[in-house]
Amino acid sequence: MEEKIKVNNLNAYFGERKVLNNININIKERAVTSIIGPSGCGKSTFIRCINRMHEVIPNARVEGSIIFDGIDIYSEKTDVISLRRKIGMVFQKPNPFPTLSIYDNVAAGIKLNGFFKRKDNLDDLVEQALKMAALWDEVKDKLSHPGSSLSGGQQQRLCIARALAVKPEVILFDEPCSALDPISTAKIEDLIFNLKKEYTIIIVTHNMQQAARISDFTGFFLLGELVEFNTTSEIFTNPKDKRTENYITGRFG
Amino acid sequence: MKKGKIIDLIFKITTTVFALTVVVIVILMIYNMIKQSMPAFNKFGLKFLTDTIWDPLAEKFGALPFIYGTIVSSMIALFIAVPFSLGAVLFLSEIAPEWIKEPVSFLIELLAAIPSIIYGLWGIFVLIPILRNYVEPFLAKYFGYLPFFKGEFYGCGMLAGGIILSIMIVPTISSISKDVFNSVPQTQREAALAIGATKWETIKLAVLNYSKTGVLGAIILGLGRALGETMAVTMVIGNCPKISISLFEPSYTIASVIANEFTEATSDLYISVLVEIGLILFIITIILNVCARLLVWSVSGKLKGKVIE
Amino acid sequence: MNNIRRKIINNIMILIMIISTLIILVPLINIFIYVFLKGISSININFFTKLPMPVGEPNGGMANAIVGSIILIILSSMWAIPVGILGGIYLAEFGNNKLGTIIRFTADVLSGVPSIVIGIFAYIVIVLPMKNFSAISGAFALGIIMIPTIMRTTEEMINLVPHTLREASLALGITRFRTTISIVLKTALNGIITGIILSVARISGETAPLLFTAFGNRFWHEGINKPIAALPLQIFAYAISPYEDWHKQAWAGALVLIAMIFLASFISRRILKSKYKIER
Repeated sequence: MEEKIKVNNLNAYFGERKVLNNININIKERAVTSIIGPSGCGKSTFIRCINRMHEVIPNARVEGSIIFDGIDIYSEKTDVISLRRKIGMVFQKPNPFPTLSIYDNVAAGIKLNGFFKRKDNLDDLVEQALKMAALWDEVKDKLSHPGSSLSGGQQQRLCIARALAVKPEVILFDEPCSALDPISTAKIEDLIFNLKKEYTIIIVTHNMQQAARISDFTGFFLLGELVEFNTTSEIFTNPKDKRTENYITGRFG
Repeated sequence: MKKGKIIDLIFKITTTVFALTVVVIVILMIYNMIKQSMPAFNKFGLKFLTDTIWDPLAEKFGALPFIYGTIVSSMIALFIAVPFSLGAVLFLSEIAPEWIKEPVSFLIELLAAIPSIIYGLWGIFVLIPILRNYVEPFLAKYFGYLPFFKGEFYGCGMLAGGIILSIMIVPTISSISKDVFNSVPQTQREAALAIGATKWETIKLAVLNYSKTGVLGAIILGLGRALGETMAVTMVIGNCPKISISLFEPSYTIASVIANEFTEATSDLYISVLVEIGLILFIITIILNVCARLLVWSVSGKLKGKVIE
Repeated sequence: MNNIRRKIINNIMILIMIISTLIILVPLINIFIYVFLKGISSININFFTKLPMPVGEPNGGMANAIVGSIILIILSSMWAIPVGILGGIYLAEFGNNKLGTIIRFTADVLSGVPSIVIGIFAYIVIVLPMKNFSAISGAFALGIIMIPTIMRTTEEMINLVPHTLREASLALGITRFRTTISIVLKTALNGIITGIILSVARISGETAPLLFTAFGNRFWHEGINKPIAALPLQIFAYAISPYEDWHKQAWAGALVLIAMIFLASFISRRILKSKYKIER
């Protein structure tokens, strides 16, 4: 497998406070990499550095480099707008645009990026995205309903469709199921499993069983450091670091 | 124990009675104003609202020029104030760094504390000369083909009234819009950024869409404030009850005619007419206020009313 | 290439927003400068100590207007502050019901009524029966303007007092009345005072409701049941007159008025800030 994203010596700060310390990690293409660790260990901060969302917070900054498609995303030449389109994100709590219809939610990104030529084309693209997010059948008759009228699990899939609509290469999931019920969670896990055929996926989760179920690679973070990174099976059956072992056997976290 | 219960009961009753004062005041206001307007209403009926002659000596009274003046000057004020207020508030809340945001927000709040009379004073001695010497000649020269800029200009008039009102309602619109924009959850902005939106696109997609209702409420409250403004407008609008499409012409608002002529009113009928005009203003502002509050409350969720100066 | 266009639009819009901010600040700064410069050149000791002189005679002042405004403020506060505070206590302590909602709503509506309409009301219920203009009618009108602000601020400040404080007191067997007055009110006092100061600042500049209630007076008032001068009224009368000397005095009056209002604003902000510092 190719390497899609190379993280080199990444340090992240909130003002003076360092929250990520010298992270080095390589994300493989078309695979699911999960990031696990106890609360506050820096998992969310880590993936937010990858699509440069971390720096949106006042006084937040980053040192180090992240190579994506051969270019350091933190270099002067990088177009952040393009980057964020290519590296999509799904958030912990579903956040569809409440005043927009389901259709418009998905179409929003497409329209911004000018991906379509005629109205017909837009309809197709929206339908495609909703199908990929396993939501089409449930909403095809109510596309004009507001995005907020769906259930939690459906809203999250709508957000996934919204992210897919702009044709990303990588999708970042920040604890996408933590606000959802088990059935919705299962649906989304299936979805992620299917998506990895086309997309590179990084998922942050505090649910170890979830990581074990769906990911190919797993990284264990603790207190801002990457403690261990390996294939998922190795991490869960044969952890090399004592701290990793303690975490996955439930001694803390 | 018994004594404590009695004390508490008296306490509750006392505070309730005092709180009811506002309700009593409003009811009395409505009652008294209607009662005092009856003579005028009986004499002129509904034609009062559409008549344009204002001749106190001949006891001919028509309210239309004032209704026209009030509404048009307020509309001009909104037209000018809304875009600049929203632009400034968006800049302050979405883009400006903390060291700009704090002092500038403070300055805008200070605008709200300046009393109307001082705006009026400034209006007479600063704004009107500027209009007469620079702005209106410019408008007449380059846009004189439009009906709005025809005729002689004196500096004072509808345009001056509209402009001074616009400055005065900026703080109202700004402070409510600021609250509305601040209540947009950060996750909405992040959602827009995450699909590759620029800062402006994020504002359009995540902030403005979400805030439509609240901003509308802010605008209506601004309108309400403009309609009731008295001193500053009186001092610059020319105080002449004529209806004209040209902004250079003098005009007269409901509040201004009451301010100017109430103490000069020589007959009971005259006073009754002025009270009736005031009643019209009263009713319009109440309706606007109620609508605006309902809109703003529906966005901010709780039954929190901001006391607008 | 589409991205370049989007970026250009983005930058243009941000520029427009910055310009809007600057445009809004221009009149504000201009007003300050004018009031300050023109006012400062006309202010002298006579302004504060002398009565208005007939046109053409020098050394006139606005002493009666300044005193008149102070009297009006005192009279209005005398009735508006108790009503406002007690009403606010009702809303905070007992007002979580339909009646409370109605009262709250009415107070908000009242705060949006144009002050000239309130002046008409005061005229009808006080000036007409009394058959003359008076400080009392002026204070009545100004009080009505003050009440909604004081009520809502009091309510908000009391609501900020933590429930645990109230509950601890009640658990000790202290009456509701005592609890509210001695404990809750004391804690909320800073905020309430802020609300009062801001209301006072607001009415000190009100002119419209005084036009046909207090009416104004060229001399010292002869009792609160007679017409009385007020600073804003005097400024108005001088501003619309054709006399240069009176215009100068109007600016001086404006400077004094603005200075008073901003001073009140700063003081109230200080009080509010210091309250929270202590709590931390």
